[in-house]
Amino acid sequence: MAMKARFYKLLTAAVILSSMFVTACIKDLDTIPLDQDVLTADKIYAEYGNYEKVLAKVYAGLAVSGQKGPDGAGDLSGLDEGFGQYTRGYFYAQELPTDEAILGWNDGNLRDYQEMDWSASNEFIFNMYSRIFYQISLCNEFIRETTDAKLGERGFDETQKSAINVYRAEARLLRALSYYHALDMFGNVPFVTEEDFVGSFLPEQIMREDLFDYVESELLAIEDDLMAPKLNVYGRMDRASAWMLLARLYLNAEVYGKSVKYTEAVTYSKMVIDAGYELEDNYAKMFAADNHTAKGIIFAIPYDGKKTKTWGGTTFIINAQVGGKMVPANFGISGGWWGLRAKPQFVDKFPTDNSDERKMFFIDGQAKDITDMFTFTDGYAVTKWSNRTSAGVAGQDGTHPDTDQPIFRLADAYLMYAEAVLRGGTGGTRAAALGYINDLRIKAYNGTSGNINDTQLTLAFILDERARELYWEGYRRTDLIRYGLFTGGIYLWQWKGGVQAGVATDPKYNLFPIPDADMGANPNLDQNKDY
Amino acid sequence: MEKLSIKRLLMFAFGVMLSCVVFGQQVRVSGTVTDAADGTTLPGVNVVVKGSLVGAITGINGEFSLSAQPGDVLVFTFIGYLPQEITLGSQTVVNVAMRTDVQALSEVVVIGYGTVRKEDATGSVKAINSEYFNPGVVSSPQDMVIGKMAGVQITTGGGAPGEGATIRIRGGSSLRASNDPLIVIDGVAVDIDGPTGMRNPLSTINPNDIETFTVLKDASATAIYGSRASNGVILITTKKGSAGKPFTINYTGNVSVSTPIKYIDVFSPEAFRSLIQTKYASNAAAQALLGAASTNWQKEIYQNAIAQDHNLNFSGGLGLFPYRLSVGITNQDGILKTDNLKRVTGSLSISPSLLDDHLRIELNAKGMIIDNFFANRGAIGGSLSMDPTQAKNFLWLNPDGSPLFVAPMNPLTQLYDRSDVSTVNRFLGNLMLDYKLHFFPAIRAKINVGIDQSDSQGNITIPVGSFLSYSTYAGEGQAREYGQNKTNALLDAYFDYTGEFGDHSRLNAIAGYSWQHFYRDGKTIETSANGMKLYANDDYKSESFLVSFFGRLNYVLMDKYLFTFTLREDGSSRFAPENRWGLFPSAAFAWNIAKEDFFSDRVVSGLKLRLGYGITGQQNLSNDDYPYQAVYRLSEVGASYLFGNTYIDTYRAGGYDANLKWEETTTYNLGIDYGFFKDRITGDVDVYYRQTKDLINQIPVPAGTNLTNQIVTNVGDLENRGLEFSINGKIIAAANTDWEVGFNASYNANKITKLTAVDDPNYKGIYVGGISGGVGNMMQIHSVGFPSYSFYVMEQVYDAAGKPIENLYVDRNNDGAITGDDRYRYQKPSPTVFMGFSSLFRHKNFDFSFNGRINVGNYIYNNVFSNSSYANMAASGYLSNRVTNVLDTNFENSQYFSDYYMENGSFMKLDNVSVGYNFNNLLDNKLKIRVYGTAQNLVTVTNYSGLDPEVFDGIDNNTYPRPRIFLLGVSVTL
Repeated sequence: MAMKARFYKLLTAAVILSSMFVTACIKDLDTIPLDQDVLTADKIYAEYGNYEKVLAKVYAGLAVSGQKGPDGAGDLSGLDEGFGQYTRGYFYAQELPTDEAILGWNDGNLRDYQEMDWSASNEFIFNMYSRIFYQISLCNEFIRETTDAKLGERGFDETQKSAINVYRAEARLLRALSYYHALDMFGNVPFVTEEDFVGSFLPEQIMREDLFDYVESELLAIEDDLMAPKLNVYGRMDRASAWMLLARLYLNAEVYGKSVKYTEAVTYSKMVIDAGYELEDNYAKMFAADNHTAKGIIFAIPYDGKKTKTWGGTTFIINAQVGGKMVPANFGISGGWWGLRAKPQFVDKFPTDNSDERKMFFIDGQAKDITDMFTFTDGYAVTKWSNRTSAGVAGQDGTHPDTDQPIFRLADAYLMYAEAVLRGGTGGTRAAALGYINDLRIKAYNGTSGNINDTQLTLAFILDERARELYWEGYRRTDLIRYGLFTGGIYLWQWKGGVQAGVATDPKYNLFPIPDADMGANPNLDQNKDY
Repeated sequence: MEKLSIKRLLMFAFGVMLSCVVFGQQVRVSGTVTDAADGTTLPGVNVVVKGSLVGAITGINGEFSLSAQPGDVLVFTFIGYLPQEITLGSQTVVNVAMRTDVQALSEVVVIGYGTVRKEDATGSVKAINSEYFNPGVVSSPQDMVIGKMAGVQITTGGGAPGEGATIRIRGGSSLRASNDPLIVIDGVAVDIDGPTGMRNPLSTINPNDIETFTVLKDASATAIYGSRASNGVILITTKKGSAGKPFTINYTGNVSVSTPIKYIDVFSPEAFRSLIQTKYASNAAAQALLGAASTNWQKEIYQNAIAQDHNLNFSGGLGLFPYRLSVGITNQDGILKTDNLKRVTGSLSISPSLLDDHLRIELNAKGMIIDNFFANRGAIGGSLSMDPTQAKNFLWLNPDGSPLFVAPMNPLTQLYDRSDVSTVNRFLGNLMLDYKLHFFPAIRAKINVGIDQSDSQGNITIPVGSFLSYSTYAGEGQAREYGQNKTNALLDAYFDYTGEFGDHSRLNAIAGYSWQHFYRDGKTIETSANGMKLYANDDYKSESFLVSFFGRLNYVLMDKYLFTFTLREDGSSRFAPENRWGLFPSAAFAWNIAKEDFFSDRVVSGLKLRLGYGITGQQNLSNDDYPYQAVYRLSEVGASYLFGNTYIDTYRAGGYDANLKWEETTTYNLGIDYGFFKDRITGDVDVYYRQTKDLINQIPVPAGTNLTNQIVTNVGDLENRGLEFSINGKIIAAANTDWEVGFNASYNANKITKLTAVDDPNYKGIYVGGISGGVGNMMQIHSVGFPSYSFYVMEQVYDAAGKPIENLYVDRNNDGAITGDDRYRYQKPSPTVFMGFSSLFRHKNFDFSFNGRINVGNYIYNNVFSNSSYANMAASGYLSNRVTNVLDTNFENSQYFSDYYMENGSFMKLDNVSVGYNFNNLLDNKLKIRVYGTAQNLVTVTNYSGLDPEVFDGIDNNTYPRPRIFLLGVSVTL
């Protein structure tokens, strides 16, 4: 009996002990990240110092492809960290289908991109689209976490709150920039704001003209919260950037399904012009390793050979632009990628002589015509971008330049002003427009020899001037569409439509298709017309 | 093992009875019976004079003595060994070496958390023991069973020393999550991802230490492992000492030489020179680049490689402490110059039985130290494109004298400028306590504590100025140092009840609990060679837990009707509390038809029908231990952003799916085990259907809804159906001669049945299968209605002469334009049917064996060929050689997506041919020596035009060639 009692006692003790043990082990399943570099969201936003770091990521979403430079911890999956970077995707989309550039690599469906016969399964289009909406998601998350209510709950003081409010306005500006890219390139797109939460839901599609209204209203709403022009630190945007974006939005309003808004375009480009920026004398300096000291740049994405590295951005442009007989060291790099060249139609925008200092071609060993798009020596090479300073000193790294990538430039404000006036915008004058154009040309010609007169000031001239001033900076597709020259057969360039001489193309290519992947993931979406 | 010892006892008793009956007028015959495998003496062997009741049993030293007369036939029998008959001449000493009978040995098979009598097994379980392992250079356990088991496909990654392999059991049940089987070594689930810096995580185990290799294939067998069992389970048990056996020393060693089998056809120096001179006749600059030398770059980078392997083991029973201790040393060069692997392994096993056999203890410890020198495999591709007219030390330069890094790199520079070494230490140990309750001996309480610990350190260095470092490091060299620690711990505690009932009915029940912890941390620092520039400084630390409850019921009714039920509940820390727990049941029924009274067929000696059903899970996301949590990650080197004058390290919000949960695979299995002619012919047939739902998959998120473009979530279904067949026959089974042959065949068809949350006919699928050439080119696709990893290609148009027309494809969607939308799905990389065959012939002391494989319907995208066009051969300041296949296509530019490059990779391979001779009776039977020779990878029959049709992922891109290997080995037992 005693034996049995002892057994039961033992058994009870064993059961209790083991259930305690088991319970403890089940608690093991509640894990949180061990890595000190990985924090849960609640810990991030509890600390004031982290807000700047999260905002920096929203900016860095334009600059780099992930959390490790140049690659290794990518933001996007399934897309190469080479072409998966925002501004490289933007360069591809805005330059390669146009008369300005050709890229000689046989990558995936890149050829379709260059020949303007892409489809909804094109990975480069998918990449651009993914980057845009990733950027929007990053902005939404930050905006969602920085409401007055949430900041109040977390007990920040007024100074901290007002600093975070500026961050928040910049995040809204960055979101507006990406939504602007979305409406410009894709038209009707899924619409997600900070009102939505992270998780599985199917966003509604917003019509292009409604998205226009949204972007406009956002930019107007944050105007006062943003820092005044030139007052923010380098690498962050201020009110002038918002004005630049508004001007561009208004200038293209008709393309975006709205009534014409040239008057507004005049207004906002003038506000930038009057904000105290100056033109840079040395054109090449704006694309050199010391361009953070160049004048005329309203906002640029800062790059650094040690601190901010990517395979996109200026790393892509500078390395890809060098090949053939070009000497890599002259561009501050250790070797070229033999990729980008100019198409002959663009070369012809410049006078045959070298009076325009913006004419930066390398022709030794290069044919002007592009017989074979994959041969680097077909087409003139371009020397506009460089990883050497204006004084000729190479950047810190032979692969990843120190050269920043200008996003908003004063010259664009001048050109937008002139075009908007010519297109009937009020509030400006033709004389001022002519003056601004000649200001640009005085810098380009180092004197007045390139000046034009009023009769020469036409819309066609402005388009060509935009090409000469802004080539390889990501404007061309939008400009050609505004002029009705991108698709169709009025203006042909080599390899447009897939043949060397160029052929007319379908107007559907004025918009990129919504990528297959998102059509599959979101049944609320209707594909763009004719895709 | 317990069942075995009961049988032994019974035999022993029977023998004692027999030996009591003694007849007179005879001579005394005596001798020793030993184990043919290791020369140890065998106690308890029955020795009987045929046709009489005279007999004896060997004593503790394997000795026997009995009376017989010349002409009598002595029959030696022992459970687990093949019977032997010796006709007596005039000799009075008869020494016999008995060979193990694999059929008998496998009478007990290892299953999850225990063993089961083979005849009581209800699941699809296949075991192979050491005697049947593949001979030759086997640096990892899986090499020993390649081709031996139906439904198990093992593909080595290439011919590098110690190269890893991909194991697929019945096709892959997952898309993104791991398709690797769970591997359990002596009860410890091991980490198959392995530490970084290791070629093959399985090479922790010295193949010489392995006793059995058991594969659990269907869910009724694997479901006891629940969450990690969807892709089958491999149970490895290592060799142990056994009680009562004398001290034995065994040395096994071999030396081998590996040689490249063939080379890829590239233009010879002469052909290259004339090609440049004709094709680029107008390009004087290109002509000027031609060199005067003549170099066969492929022959420069490959070599005949020597390897040696030595193993020493000691075993015996020190009183109550049976032990086995082994040490192994391997030093293997690769056929790619500079490649080398050095490995030292040690293992110790102690398995005492205490307290009147109430407490059994098993302690296993295995350790390993590996030193690798990884040859730069870039040289493999480099040897194809480097200009053959240039001298061995030639490098391409820009006109300004700087390195031209878009040009092919000299492959010898690639090999010799880059040092890539690693050292990996790994320890695998477990302690198993098996206590038979004193007051209720039918119940055993078992505790198994195990640990799998590894740490690795590696260094990659490229000196300053080396051309190798120009493309990414601007010539400043590279010094990369990395390290990783991994510790996986395991605790199993369970009760095991075994009851026997009078009517040949038995019940075995287990119930228990399992806890596992997986931890890893690591660090990488990368700088320029002089240390001045920091390129990377990453560290990480991560863990996950699995907690499980499990139970199993085996019921055997009248030896004929077998029932198994298992249930496992797993909790994974990788999922949110609401989704954390998964329940994985299984049920199986088997009917031993051959044991029915009505079944008295003399031809059919065994017939068992097996039916199984079960659900298994999957939570192996490989990299992410916290996929359901919203986390922010700090940026590392090179991804800061400038605010003013300060570079800000950024915090990135990561994408997550709070609802992520288990992926579930339901398996149905129908099997028949058969035996004919007293099991001279045995085998089995299985059909199965496996359906996986809620696939853990990486899919595009609806744009804007998450903090990423693709999320790991549960979307999609896929299915595998298959048929497996195996047959083994003992064609000859005489006393001195036996010949066994085996054959197995497996058919598996894989199909994705769902991929997106909403059905969309326009959705093409998930692109996979990156190739070399261009950026981001993907050659395969997962799409609904097709096998996973289907090739996704353009249909080539050919001219009248049968030559492909460049850039002309069939407009399959009839939209008038040739675009990416004209791609179509074509075949898949996995074989439709794969087969294995083997033969083992033994005559007295001589043996001869071979084995091989046949794969049918495995398709290959020949990336080596598709990279070969005339483009850039002479256009960019350098010359570059091409594969001569370009003469067939005449492509000016690479046509990567052309189905011209798709080839049927079906093959037959003779993997091993081995001969051996045993000297059994040296030094008065105390010394045994075996010498053997093996040739590996002897014959490949295929129509594939590349080097080797065995390409697991179906994209043949400069695989490390598998060499032919000749090996000479010796085994000495004292």
